[in-house]
Amino acid sequence: MKFYNLIWLIPLFPLAGAAINGLISNRMGLKKSFTHTVALIGSGLAWLWGWTAIIQWMADLGTHHTVIVTLYQWISGGTLKIFGGKLAQATVSASFQLDSASAVMVGFVTFVGFLIHIYSIGYMHDEEDRPYARYFSYLNLFMFSMLILVLGANLPVMFVGWEGVGLCSYLLIGFYFEKNWCASAGMKAFITNRIGDFGFILGIFLTFMVFGSTEFVKIFPVAAAHPQQYASWATIIGLLLFVGAMGKSAQIPLYVWLPDAMAGPTPVSALIHAATMVTAGVYMVVRCNVLFRIGPVAMLVVAIVGGVTAFYAATIGMAQNDIKKVLAYSTVSQLGYMFLGAGVGAFVAAIFHVVTHAFFKALLFLGSGSVIHACSGNQDMRKMGGLRKVMPTTYWTFMAATLAISGIFPFAGFFSKDEILGKAFAAGKSNLNGFGWVYYILWFLGIAAAFITAFYMFRLVYMTFHGEFRGTEEEKHHLHESPWTMRFPLQVLGVLSIIGGLIGIPKLMSGHAKWNLIERFLDPVILPIGVGAGHAEAAVEVTRHAVSPGLEWLLLALSLSIAIAGILVARSFYYGERAFEKPRRFTERHPLLYKVVLNKYYVDEIYQATVINGVVKLARILWEFDARVIDGIVNGVRHVTVGTSFVSAIFDLKIIDGLVNLVATIYDRASHYFRRLQVGFAEGYAMVMVLGAAALLAIYIIF
Amino acid sequence: MIGAMHYVILSLILFVLGVIGLMVRRNFITVLMSLELIFNAANLNLIAFSDRLGNLSGQIMAIFIITVAAAEAAIGLGLIIALERLKRTVNLDDANEMRG
Amino acid sequence: MAFLSAHFVAIVFYVLAVLAVAGGVGVITFKNPVHSALSLLGTFLAVAGLFVLRHAEFLAAVQLLVYAGGIMVLFLFVIMLVNVKRVSPESAFLSRRAPLAVIGGVVLGALIAFGVLAGSLGRRGGGAAALQTVQGHVVGNTEAIGWMLYRHFLVPFEIVSVVLLVAMIGAIIFGRKDAGLEGRGGRMEP
Repeated sequence: MKFYNLIWLIPLFPLAGAAINGLISNRMGLKKSFTHTVALIGSGLAWLWGWTAIIQWMADLGTHHTVIVTLYQWISGGTLKIFGGKLAQATVSASFQLDSASAVMVGFVTFVGFLIHIYSIGYMHDEEDRPYARYFSYLNLFMFSMLILVLGANLPVMFVGWEGVGLCSYLLIGFYFEKNWCASAGMKAFITNRIGDFGFILGIFLTFMVFGSTEFVKIFPVAAAHPQQYASWATIIGLLLFVGAMGKSAQIPLYVWLPDAMAGPTPVSALIHAATMVTAGVYMVVRCNVLFRIGPVAMLVVAIVGGVTAFYAATIGMAQNDIKKVLAYSTVSQLGYMFLGAGVGAFVAAIFHVVTHAFFKALLFLGSGSVIHACSGNQDMRKMGGLRKVMPTTYWTFMAATLAISGIFPFAGFFSKDEILGKAFAAGKSNLNGFGWVYYILWFLGIAAAFITAFYMFRLVYMTFHGEFRGTEEEKHHLHESPWTMRFPLQVLGVLSIIGGLIGIPKLMSGHAKWNLIERFLDPVILPIGVGAGHAEAAVEVTRHAVSPGLEWLLLALSLSIAIAGILVARSFYYGERAFEKPRRFTERHPLLYKVVLNKYYVDEIYQATVINGVVKLARILWEFDARVIDGIVNGVRHVTVGTSFVSAIFDLKIIDGLVNLVATIYDRASHYFRRLQVGFAEGYAMVMVLGAAALLAIYIIF
Repeated sequence: MIGAMHYVILSLILFVLGVIGLMVRRNFITVLMSLELIFNAANLNLIAFSDRLGNLSGQIMAIFIITVAAAEAAIGLGLIIALERLKRTVNLDDANEMRG
Repeated sequence: MAFLSAHFVAIVFYVLAVLAVAGGVGVITFKNPVHSALSLLGTFLAVAGLFVLRHAEFLAAVQLLVYAGGIMVLFLFVIMLVNVKRVSPESAFLSRRAPLAVIGGVVLGALIAFGVLAGSLGRRGGGAAALQTVQGHVVGNTEAIGWMLYRHFLVPFEIVSVVLLVAMIGAIIFGRKDAGLEGRGGRMEP
């Protein structure tokens, strides 16, 4: 059996699980053991099936072969006229694609998803039976949607998954919908994403109008073969698609929903809002790399948004006291890195960072979930501390992830982050697309963000795990290490956070390109731009060789030392006897700066003041219009109606009623005589009947 | 020679007798008998014309009429029983609830 | 004898016709319902004989079985059941408007006679054979009616059976003791 010809089954396993749990377990309130067994089978089969298919595909066909499985024709819109006066069949098939990009995504999505299913069993065990079933149903539904997203062979199918994960994200953020702020957070995420989705769907339409198709295998080779012809359209399409990516992957200015999304259960934050869904935007940009490469402005925008977000979100992360909020801003920041990578042409590095980030950020969230679990639901780091002794497994795995995200050699994050920063520097040095100075600034922002990342992550570790416990006695009594269902995923992800980076050892270290496994694996996704290419292709090529090995070593050492510097600063601030003293003095000296950062630059307030108040004000104006003009018209109509009805009432009373009464009077009088006909004797009726018949016959005969 | 005309006249006489009976008798049972007379008059007519026109449909119609007459007699006699039980009478003019 | 053989049919007709009319007059003139019923029986028998004269042997049989055998027995049963003597005083067996009714009936009959008999109804021969023939074969009246009834008139035939069923149920309900006709209160008996 060729598993890779049946890849469409991969999403269906979790869908079946979602259906069983959502329709049966939830309704009937079945036992938790049944619920999570179903959910585990659903996601576990997807994992096994996915990996088997990928391995078989690599063995049988090789990574350069794209498998496309078409199930049926989904949309048939007849023939439409597209740009250039050409005609195109507006057909979309429900088809799935297995190539190296989707293989990477399927590989880690199913695996991390399965681990988080296991973790959820431990984390959610205090829930009632029915919410428990609802939770696992949503989680499985998310797996289904995410797999549709990554496996889709064209933009519309991808969009189905894109909306599906948005829906599941909404449902899971608002999982504790009895709490008002959780429900609002879900709505905030959904509405913010809609803005992005609007751009995405416009991008899909424009893609069809330009290329006459939305199938990846049809549009990308065409675009790559004629880079000059499609450059301007590709730029617009790229920007529209990137608007979608900004929403889904929480980039400036649409990042505001992600910190609020932490209202959902922590495993959800780990799976959806760290490891998988939020990286969908990166995946989509990488998938459409051809469009971005031939449209350099789009690529520059991606890089700028990514670089600025990386730095900006990291600065907010420094001042947060909620453990999950720190991780949320960290996620936004890391997503910024990924887009920075994509924006400088390091698409492989972007996906590489997606994968390593999935490992260590999922681990960080799961670790924080373990901590929150131990602290009886408390998320405030100021009331934690000293947890290292109580929960060693959580501490050590968390530490591995922290080192990975900080970019310490040889943990996973080091390789991917350094690859991105190196490429950014190279882009600046080679003056990519003529925007070299912009890329230099972005590289600097990236380096600065790396420093801040190391700082706030170790701040988090020191505040949570070191020092003395600062919560209440009751909470201290309750502290405990998590059950094995929660520890096991931590351990697995811990190992991956340590060694996960080894799939992308740069040529610089190993001495040979063949050891950069992920680059070789993903090479087929990066289509060569055709003959007669413009400067875009040339520039991308230049970035690969712009930096000499010596300079590269230097950059490597620089980012490593920056990270260590961040750790040391955090240590001096939050560790040991005089912990919290320096930060207190710092905030006293710069109260305004601290306040601004603590309040996340007041972006939510700015949005409140501009966008939301604007909408409210518009609504108020419309209401005023309603009250004054519309109601005035209505009232005027009322007065006219009253006047005319008065006249018609007179007419009614005197003439109509007069006629009616006249008829009634006639019947009244006549009945006085006619009632005598009703004699009440049957033979009387018979006689009248006979006389009537005789009369009729007489008339018939006479006339 | 006896033709259809003889039958028509005979049937007419029976019909008129039935109609008069319907009107003059006070006894419900006799009224029903008058109705049966009218049915027989109709049947005679149908048979006569069936023979004259050489068409069997007239006889079929007569069969249906006999059936309906049987049904009518059953219902009518049931009504008589009910009336007797209710009013202790079978006289039609004692049942004059509908008098206006 | 020659007169008899030549006018046999006419003689039989007139005898039967006089019998039928006499029966009819008896129905409406006898005071006693039992006598009325017996004179109605005479009419039924006479009409059955007239059917035979018109080649409707099967119908004559039906007339005897249904009317003389069924309906008449039913009438007599009911007359016995309701105790005619008590419920029907001899003095007032006719309605108060009897003269008017007789005049009305006679006028109606005259009008019909005038309307119908104004046209001529001469005799057209060959009827007898047609009434006993099925698809060109002379098979007898009963079989011919059978063919007709079960071929061309099957649906009316079935419907009429439903009519009979409904009548039967209706008669049973009317005749029940607890038919709910006594008293408005709907007295229920066990």
